[in-house]
Amino acid sequence: MNTTLLTAPPPTAPHALASNGVARIMLSVAATLVPATLYGFWLYGWPAILLWLITVLSALLGELVSIKLAGRQAAPQLSDGSALLTGWLLALSLPPWSPWWIGVVGGLFATILGKQVFGGIGFNLFNPAMVARVFLLISFPVQMTVWVAPLPITAAAAPDFHQGLMIFINGIPKLDAVSSATLLGFAKTEWSRGIDLVHSLAAASAPANSLAGARSGSLGETASLLIAAGGVVLLALRIISWHIPAAMLAGIALPAAIAHAVDPTRYLDVATHLLSGGAMLGAFFIATDYVTSPNTKLGQLLFAGGCGFLTYVIRTWGGYPEGVAFAVLLMNALTPVIDRYLRPRILGRNWRGAPLDADVERAKS
Amino acid sequence: MGLIEKFLHTLNVPGWGVHPDDRKRPAADAPLRQLPLPARLYVPLLQHVGQPARPTVLVGQKVLQGQLIGAAQGRISAPIHAPTSGTIVAIGEITAPHPSGLPFNAITIEADGDERAIEASVAADPFALSPEAITELVAAAGVVGLGGATFPSSVKLALGKRTRITTLIVNGGECEPYLSCDDRVMRDFAADVIDGVRLMLHATGASEALLGIEDNKPEAIAAMRKAAVHFPEIKLRPVPSRYPMGSDRQLIQTLTGKEVPSDCRAADVGVIVNNVSTANAVHRAVRLGEPLIRRIVTINGGAVWQPGNILAPIGTLASDLLAFAGLKSEPARLLMGGPMMGAVLPHAKVPIVKGCAGILALNEEEIATPAAGPCIRCGKCTSVCPIGLLPLEMAANVRIDNLDGAAALGLSDCIACGCCAYICPSHIPLVQYFTHAKGELWSQQRDKLRLDATKRLATERAERLERETREKALAAAKRKADRAAQKAAQAASATLAATETAA
Repeated sequence: MNTTLLTAPPPTAPHALASNGVARIMLSVAATLVPATLYGFWLYGWPAILLWLITVLSALLGELVSIKLAGRQAAPQLSDGSALLTGWLLALSLPPWSPWWIGVVGGLFATILGKQVFGGIGFNLFNPAMVARVFLLISFPVQMTVWVAPLPITAAAAPDFHQGLMIFINGIPKLDAVSSATLLGFAKTEWSRGIDLVHSLAAASAPANSLAGARSGSLGETASLLIAAGGVVLLALRIISWHIPAAMLAGIALPAAIAHAVDPTRYLDVATHLLSGGAMLGAFFIATDYVTSPNTKLGQLLFAGGCGFLTYVIRTWGGYPEGVAFAVLLMNALTPVIDRYLRPRILGRNWRGAPLDADVERAKS
Repeated sequence: MGLIEKFLHTLNVPGWGVHPDDRKRPAADAPLRQLPLPARLYVPLLQHVGQPARPTVLVGQKVLQGQLIGAAQGRISAPIHAPTSGTIVAIGEITAPHPSGLPFNAITIEADGDERAIEASVAADPFALSPEAITELVAAAGVVGLGGATFPSSVKLALGKRTRITTLIVNGGECEPYLSCDDRVMRDFAADVIDGVRLMLHATGASEALLGIEDNKPEAIAAMRKAAVHFPEIKLRPVPSRYPMGSDRQLIQTLTGKEVPSDCRAADVGVIVNNVSTANAVHRAVRLGEPLIRRIVTINGGAVWQPGNILAPIGTLASDLLAFAGLKSEPARLLMGGPMMGAVLPHAKVPIVKGCAGILALNEEEIATPAAGPCIRCGKCTSVCPIGLLPLEMAANVRIDNLDGAAALGLSDCIACGCCAYICPSHIPLVQYFTHAKGELWSQQRDKLRLDATKRLATERAERLERETREKALAAAKRKADRAAQKAAQAASATLAATETAA
């Protein structure tokens, strides 16, 4: 055999690698969003499909432009799937019949200002999709709070492709005919008018709270059960661990259960809270973002518990009907602090980092 | 496995570590083969932790198999013996089995093919001997830890004198993928291993031996269970297959629940860990009077034609072993040891040493490594780290040369097991970062010591000079005073004389 030098610089151990990769992870996450997205497309028709498409493309464009400006190679970074996922998650959180420029501005903002200005993947402090969503909500409150009732693409009244394109370009023509509040928004508005939940939810004008998703909201809201199913697949694939989803849902459910028990006329029940707004999307897909969540399991529990609790606080007492995006951003800001103070215990050392007592360990049996 | 059993098994798996594709079979199932005696053997002087052995033979000298050719020197060291009979043809530098390919000293023996062994006297009943006598026999046989750490076994066994050892853990973990030499030892020499374990129990004074074997080796577990059936003090404990289960601190924790404090050795909590192959070597040393001159080496990897385990004399060139097993293709990478922690061999003309569990010839497909990308802070490295470190934070500190920051995060506790780099989806060579940082910190520390020593010498010199100047000045002043006094005395006596004369 040849006994000359086999490889020039000696590579170091380990010489075996797990078969995972960033692109594989991101694309798996995207794949688990497919059922919920398709269901949303069916419910909201052509305008939603076009909005999703332009949001994703804008996010990719923002990424491409930034990488080019930074003078780096575009192909490896664009193909890691992270910009695609950012655009996708943003699209799922928008009102489905938003005009095209909402998607364009949001998509570009997400990858350029939400991610690339910090140095690209791995360096952003805040979840890019949620940064963009909050930016849109604050800048364009009218467009960002126009919700329509689902109108399945097969229904006679649903806009065909041409009408969908017109809605996508010019906005919704007869707004009053199709607009419909989300459940959380409706409850909040009615309460501010002095009507308690028992009466407001019983009224004929109340939005339906259907498990099948026949309710107004973003793509990610109406299909909350499919979103949760996708999240369970991510758990099974071990792409995410149970800590963040469980803690975030518990962070919403616990205060909701207590408050609803105390005063059902004022506070919505647990199921409504968990199935409304971005709770499921937030718990399984947004708060679990690797980059912006803590590294340790303990830190993740604290972080996600905080996301859930803040979501509940904003929904119940804040100015906005929904609070997942704000809650996640606030907890993102705390992530570095959590990572600094909640470190794992090193084997053979106590929590303070001092070596364990040998006599105590010797006595164990 | 039933569903409930499967569930219980899942609960039993520790939270740390990874489970790489073990690729142990078919090599593990192939019967043990013996290598035909190579023409030349290259026996390195340093095959263990500690001081190298000192050659006790001369070039041209004829030696017998098992004859001492290098004596231990220093407190932590091990002797080496001739693996076969023949003539010493060289004592000098050969390529070390190390990625650097740097030379190191070895004794080269030309085999005469007779395999004439030295006469050995063995005790009829070693259990009648004192523990110290057993330890001395093990020391004289040059037995070192065969799991890879190569710590001289006699030094470990003697720890029982200094601190009370309650438990002997016998490591049959063999958690590295591809390797199966320990598996083979347990299957083929089960009774010998158990005898070695009993001898070690006698030498250390430990009351029980826990035999930890990963559950991916059912044949070895069955063989050992059968061999140990009459010895209640030896308890078989199958452990989950989880890399790095074969690491001593992890195995101790899994089997006894004890955590070795970070500043202590296992013996400080009453435990010592020995490999199953070491137990076999102890048996051979004490019962047969045979020093450690051969071992079982796993030859495996995608480029190997007939992977399997081969009994070979120490000092055999890796190229001889690979030629015996046959190569399907040109190896893309040669390793000594397993793929998780093994070292790259610069070429195959390097000898196997006591601690060499395997030679792997991997093909292109097996070593394919995607380019490293940026860290996405997924935290997988943190969740797999068996020590509880934060590899991503340590690497971030090392990247910006903040070595003290990395040290504050526990760099010195890192065992370089490679779990973090294995699991990293961005394929960041984390172990390389840590090895670099440890080396750099070590050299900084050495520089600091040197600087401190220089400073101390300089200060001492300055003090000495000052003292000398002061003493000189004092002496000068004294001389001056003396002279003045003398002069005064002379003057006085002269005056007196003059006065007397005048009078």
